[in-house]
Amino acid sequence: MSDVLTVPRSRRNIEFVLLLLALAVAISANYLAGVGREEPFADHFWFQAITLGGMGLLIHIILRFRAKYADPVILPIVVALNGIGLAMIHRLDLSAILINPDYPPVAPQQVTWTAVAVGAAAVLLIVLRDHRILLRFTYISLIVSAILLLLPLTPLGLEINGARIWISVGIGTFQPGEIAKITLAIFFAGYLSTNRDLILLAGKKIGPLQLPRFRDLAPMAAAWLVSIGVLIFQRDLGSSILFFGLFMVMIYVATSRVSWVLIGLAMIGVGVFVALELFSHVALRFDSWINAFAPEVYNRAPGGSAQVVQGLFGLANGGLVGTGLGEGRPDLVTYANSDMIIAALGEELGLIGVVAIVMLYVILVSRGIRAALGTKDGFGKLLACGLSFTIALQCFVVIGGITRLIPLTGLTTPFMSAGGSSLLANWLIVALILLISETARRPAPTAPMKDSFPEALGMNGKPVKKRTAKEATR
Amino acid sequence: MNQAIRSAWVVAIGMFALVLGSLTYVQFFQAQELNANPWNSRQLFQDFGRQRGAILVDGRAIAESVPSQDQFNYQRVYNEPELYAHLTGYYSLSLGSTQLEDRESDILSGTSSSLFYDRVVGLFSGVDSQGASVELTIDPEIQQLASDLIPDDQRGSIVVMEPSTGNILAMVSKPTYDPNLLSGHDTGVIEENVAALSEQPGLSIYSNPATESLVAPGSVFKLIDAAAALESGKYDADSVIPNPPALEFPGIEYSLPNYVTGGCISRTEADLEFALEQSCNTPFAQIALDLGEEAIQEQAAKFGFGEELSIPTRVIASSFPSDLTDPELAQSAVGQFDTRVTPLQMAMVTSAIANDGQQMKPQLVKSIRAADLQLIESPQPEVLRESVSPETANQLTDWMVNVVDNGTATGAQVPGVEVAGKTGTAEVSETGDNAWFTGFAPADDPQVAISIVMENVDIPTGQQLTSPSAKRLIEAVLNR
Repeated sequence: MSDVLTVPRSRRNIEFVLLLLALAVAISANYLAGVGREEPFADHFWFQAITLGGMGLLIHIILRFRAKYADPVILPIVVALNGIGLAMIHRLDLSAILINPDYPPVAPQQVTWTAVAVGAAAVLLIVLRDHRILLRFTYISLIVSAILLLLPLTPLGLEINGARIWISVGIGTFQPGEIAKITLAIFFAGYLSTNRDLILLAGKKIGPLQLPRFRDLAPMAAAWLVSIGVLIFQRDLGSSILFFGLFMVMIYVATSRVSWVLIGLAMIGVGVFVALELFSHVALRFDSWINAFAPEVYNRAPGGSAQVVQGLFGLANGGLVGTGLGEGRPDLVTYANSDMIIAALGEELGLIGVVAIVMLYVILVSRGIRAALGTKDGFGKLLACGLSFTIALQCFVVIGGITRLIPLTGLTTPFMSAGGSSLLANWLIVALILLISETARRPAPTAPMKDSFPEALGMNGKPVKKRTAKEATR
Repeated sequence: MNQAIRSAWVVAIGMFALVLGSLTYVQFFQAQELNANPWNSRQLFQDFGRQRGAILVDGRAIAESVPSQDQFNYQRVYNEPELYAHLTGYYSLSLGSTQLEDRESDILSGTSSSLFYDRVVGLFSGVDSQGASVELTIDPEIQQLASDLIPDDQRGSIVVMEPSTGNILAMVSKPTYDPNLLSGHDTGVIEENVAALSEQPGLSIYSNPATESLVAPGSVFKLIDAAAALESGKYDADSVIPNPPALEFPGIEYSLPNYVTGGCISRTEADLEFALEQSCNTPFAQIALDLGEEAIQEQAAKFGFGEELSIPTRVIASSFPSDLTDPELAQSAVGQFDTRVTPLQMAMVTSAIANDGQQMKPQLVKSIRAADLQLIESPQPEVLRESVSPETANQLTDWMVNVVDNGTATGAQVPGVEVAGKTGTAEVSETGDNAWFTGFAPADDPQVAISIVMENVDIPTGQQLTSPSAKRLIEAVLNR
């Protein structure tokens, strides 16, 4: 299945060097954030440095033993992003405390969540060992997803700012939808990799379009229903887009049929139209996107454009080189440490800094896609591709919303925004991608030198029968 | 599948490209426009975090930034706040800034292009650039005296100018306020203070009454009529003008009277000297009717009417009305009806007469110095226009000296000094009038021009607050 060959080399030492570099960036960013406002080497500095460094090295060591051949770039990038996010959250805390001494700081919580999230990723790496085991949990994942998505609608759920996507879990709030992103990806990867041929081959062909059979449309319809359901019942446009994007890309990759994408886009069109007609909050979002600078829209509450406009002011204030960490006023933007963290980073690090951050995401996503290309099993391909694409889509929706490219939707920036559930989910995604990249890059256990064996090797090292021409063209 | 995965990657890269494009658009191409947006409070916050330059009077800071221990690094502090409030304005977080704080903001905050070199040096040396300071032309003693001459509950303004340079030596208005009340960093407190200040009758915290409030000039406008008369060539010192007790207009029940208790009633005909001396209405009304509305308007424009100025604070345009009926023109010519002037405008008119007809641009700023005291700018005296010919100016000066010697402005006499002046009273309401004095001294070598207006006072009080105050100011300037 694969046509990408990787020379099997561990590259763990490169990962170590890159990891040190990432830690240097993240920790010095946190130092800078503290300069001038408090003792830079205050407790928080050590708290962040030790947690981030320790957890990064923990994963690194686990990878040395459990997934020697995993992609060496992914972990350092994620540590850098997580650390820069911590620094910015810390910096925003300091501003908030200056105005209100009783402000409860967010950064310590986020450091704790980092430890929890990386710990969970470490456990997943150790327990799972091979992502293909997850194929067995295809339908369990579906059930888990359904439960997770329904949880906020139960009495456990909390409504914050009009969106019902949180549940209260004693010590704090949690967004089960973030985890559902992963379980849904597992379900779809499992379902699609198993039923791929059926979906591909059954159905009528009209012109250049191979139309699927209705029953094979079922998962597509389910995906659409889930997305619309999230939009209607939880009023969460961001997650809704994210889920739908995830399904679309996985169905497309599974079938390679553009017809699916066209059908999907048509369904989105219908969904958007219906949402605009039926739900005032979606229509308001749309209006405050188009007319953000109209005074009556700016001052409207709720649903005004003040947040996005203030974010734009922040970005503009940063300009090309930024004001420098701690020198701007990113705290003037509401939710600067979560939904709008890119605006905060853009203000203080400038276009240059924020482009560097986006490039980290580009490399991260590309590495995930690379793992998808490299791994030999369809399930792994779908899972790695779907999860990686989700990260890209999430960046697009968030940054596009902040820069007014598209309407603003409340979404976290992966690894950087304040928010424990998002951090946990994204670190779990990283663990999965690392595992998939391991299978993609690992040499077959019993493989002798490639040249000495004329035939390709299957997963278990046994020679596979060469495909006939007929089979290959199917 | 791999081909589809590659396509998905291409789509992902496409999304990132879009996002990078929109970031570049916002942070690079749109940045300037966004930074200039009036909703953008960041500039203000940035300025508050920077050491802003001081506003100085005779080397002493009347407004300065001192370090503060809050989210902003500095706090703006006004020394002698009430004395200079209308000049400095305030520099407020929630109200924005006014007057010099507003008009010289680029200089004070150090963002002016003339301070570009300093900023570049600061960028590389790591020293935060400091704003430049603005030194005013104000003489602190004259300013204090002028302020003392206006009672605290009286609405009024005094402008003291140097006719030959346009330098403003004092500019005071009352009621005044404390800009420190509006420049704190607690917006709640500012709100309360604004509410409290707005209760105070006659107080304007948003404008400087000396340059931004338009009041009826009354009889001081007759200087402009007299100038128009002389400049027209139709009148001279020997011209005799009818001086009836009242001017009747056919067909309507309105008449323009002379002041009942004044000296005007003693003559039925007057020359211009007498008409000015006793401030008779009817001769000037007739001159205006004779010369026509346009001639008066032109002469007013030559004195600066109809033009806004930036000194660098805003001076709004004084106005003489147009499209007038005869009774309206008659009234306007004696400074009533819709004729409106700023106190500074009358000081400018007087200064032009004092300065042989050459009107100098009023100046409030003497020099601008960078934080290292290097001189960046020092505005030079600037001729605005020739308001009247030197001959006309001399003639008007003689008549104005006569007004102080023998006429309505005897209160302004200074022993040993020839003072030129003109009083005025404008009826504005049932309860009170605007009392004016404008003049200069010494008449043969003018050192100082003064314009005083007390609003809404009864006539005896007004007379007490104008000419005698002018006398004390003239003495103070000549003795300094």
